[in-house]
Amino acid sequence: MSQTDIAPFPRIAPVGIAGLLVSFADRLSEPANRAALAFRAAIEAAPLDGIEEVSTSLTSAFVRFDPLHLDHARLMAHLQELLKAQDWTRADLPGGRRHFRIPCVFGTDLAPQFDEAARAAGLSAQAAIDSLTAARPRVLTIGFAPGQPYTGQLGPEWDIPRQTALTPRVPEGALVVAIRQLIIFSAATQTGWRHIGQTAFRCFRPEADDPFALRPGDEISLRAITPAELERIRAEDQTGHGGADVEVIR
Amino acid sequence: MTRALIIHRAGPQVTVQDRGRPGLLGQGLSQGGAADPVALAEGAALLRQPASHAALEMAGMGGSFEVTQDTRIALTGAPMQASIDGQALTWNASHLLRAGERLEIGAAMRGIYGYLHLGGGVATEEVLGARAAHLAAGIGRALRPGDRLPLGDDTRAEVGLTLDPEPRFAGGTVRITRSMQTGLFAPEMLDRFQATAFRRDARGNRMGARLEFEGDPFAASGQLSILSEVIVPGDIQMTGDGTPFVLLGECQTTGGYPRIGTVIPADLPRVVQAGPGVTLRFEVIDLDAAIEAHRRHVTALAKLPSTIRPLLRDPAQMQDLLAYQLISGVISAHDDHLNGD
Repeated sequence: MSQTDIAPFPRIAPVGIAGLLVSFADRLSEPANRAALAFRAAIEAAPLDGIEEVSTSLTSAFVRFDPLHLDHARLMAHLQELLKAQDWTRADLPGGRRHFRIPCVFGTDLAPQFDEAARAAGLSAQAAIDSLTAARPRVLTIGFAPGQPYTGQLGPEWDIPRQTALTPRVPEGALVVAIRQLIIFSAATQTGWRHIGQTAFRCFRPEADDPFALRPGDEISLRAITPAELERIRAEDQTGHGGADVEVIR
Repeated sequence: MTRALIIHRAGPQVTVQDRGRPGLLGQGLSQGGAADPVALAEGAALLRQPASHAALEMAGMGGSFEVTQDTRIALTGAPMQASIDGQALTWNASHLLRAGERLEIGAAMRGIYGYLHLGGGVATEEVLGARAAHLAAGIGRALRPGDRLPLGDDTRAEVGLTLDPEPRFAGGTVRITRSMQTGLFAPEMLDRFQATAFRRDARGNRMGARLEFEGDPFAASGQLSILSEVIVPGDIQMTGDGTPFVLLGECQTTGGYPRIGTVIPADLPRVVQAGPGVTLRFEVIDLDAAIEAHRRHVTALAKLPSTIRPLLRDPAQMQDLLAYQLISGVISAHDDHLNGD
């Protein structure tokens, strides 16, 4: 199986005994992300008996299946056939995409690494806020923790590495940046990403009918607010949206 | 009034667990559920009830429990000291816990996760289709003194049944398959990995088990530039300092550390239940052999109900001291069998 490690993209590789991973690239790119999302949708549209779930990460689609009911060779052949059906990097984005405009406090003691991150990006504080509020990154994948979006890509100035040391704890709703991506954390966690903003947006709402707020393909943008406004939003918010406006992308 | 289980005292991590929430990987939620799924199946078989019923999982230490009405119970997983009103109970067996009696469950004698199953199952509200606490995701929480858990209806009455547990509390060889990133590790590295004896770090939890060993760190090529990718339970990721970490049911859904291989589901309970002082070794097997092992594992679990037999001499039902001593001998022989696996 070692030849799959050096095979050209797209490539298919086993993950445990009950998973196959279809990777479109080993670096994040918009076309590879688009391909992963479209390929997942295509598998789900006509699932082979024995497939138990399909998910995506940044540049790949993952198929989990019951290997006692669907053998690897048959699934592999099915996926290879599907790969040949079209140029997946040019596929349409998922339907029903939405744009979430999310209020966010940049910097202050609520987001203590904003200045440091702006410096790393070579921007003044105001230029960094202008850059971040003008951006409209797309949800590339949901992962790591429930409902947690990896969004991108930001401009090349935001290609700043993760910290080598972890920040012990950032709170739920924290906006963090690294490697041209933004994440809004779905729960308090330790992280190597820099904490630059604070929102009241809840990515995971286990008690709600629709517990996962965002889907891959959705877009977000950020609206700068003061800590006092965030406080008011928190006091009034019943939905978990944290004051965000939502519109369907047409 | 609804039948309920009352928690008077609980170890630091006693949680409600069932088979978890499969199918939500794409939403960032790992399946979770009982750390030792075999124990869940054994408990269901002992009470002759569906394996989907929820039970209590006790990490390292049990607690003190009472029921509001007579309730059948079963004890599986890591053997723990257990008694009802001072009368010792046999592990891997079903018993009757009468209303008002006190069930005491102590520390694990071998392994880590012990399970208390209740006739009718724990009937707390479902969240996203399951009752299992998923601590990492903030679903549910560890139980505390004073908690009362509703129990489901139980139509059966038989107790005093036992089974021979699948051996998994003494470490040993754990079979793994190659995974998508195994090729990033040099062949010599993979050989050394298979020749190394590991011990589970006591700080492990439901998300993963860190493995201690003597020798140089294990490293992949290009370790720092790997794109974050899907994780499945059993994946062995090599963290930045070259220490292996076996990811378990409640792990994150994606990770950027390279994985040297994946523990097959049949052997994952050996890792989960590797207690202090137990040695684990890894052996790479090919996919066909792994699937055959999986087939045997699934078949064995399905056959569990047919292996149940009467517990002929339950110390809890013996008032006679001499008889009780004889029984202790039987239990010891049973323990030796477990240690020899």
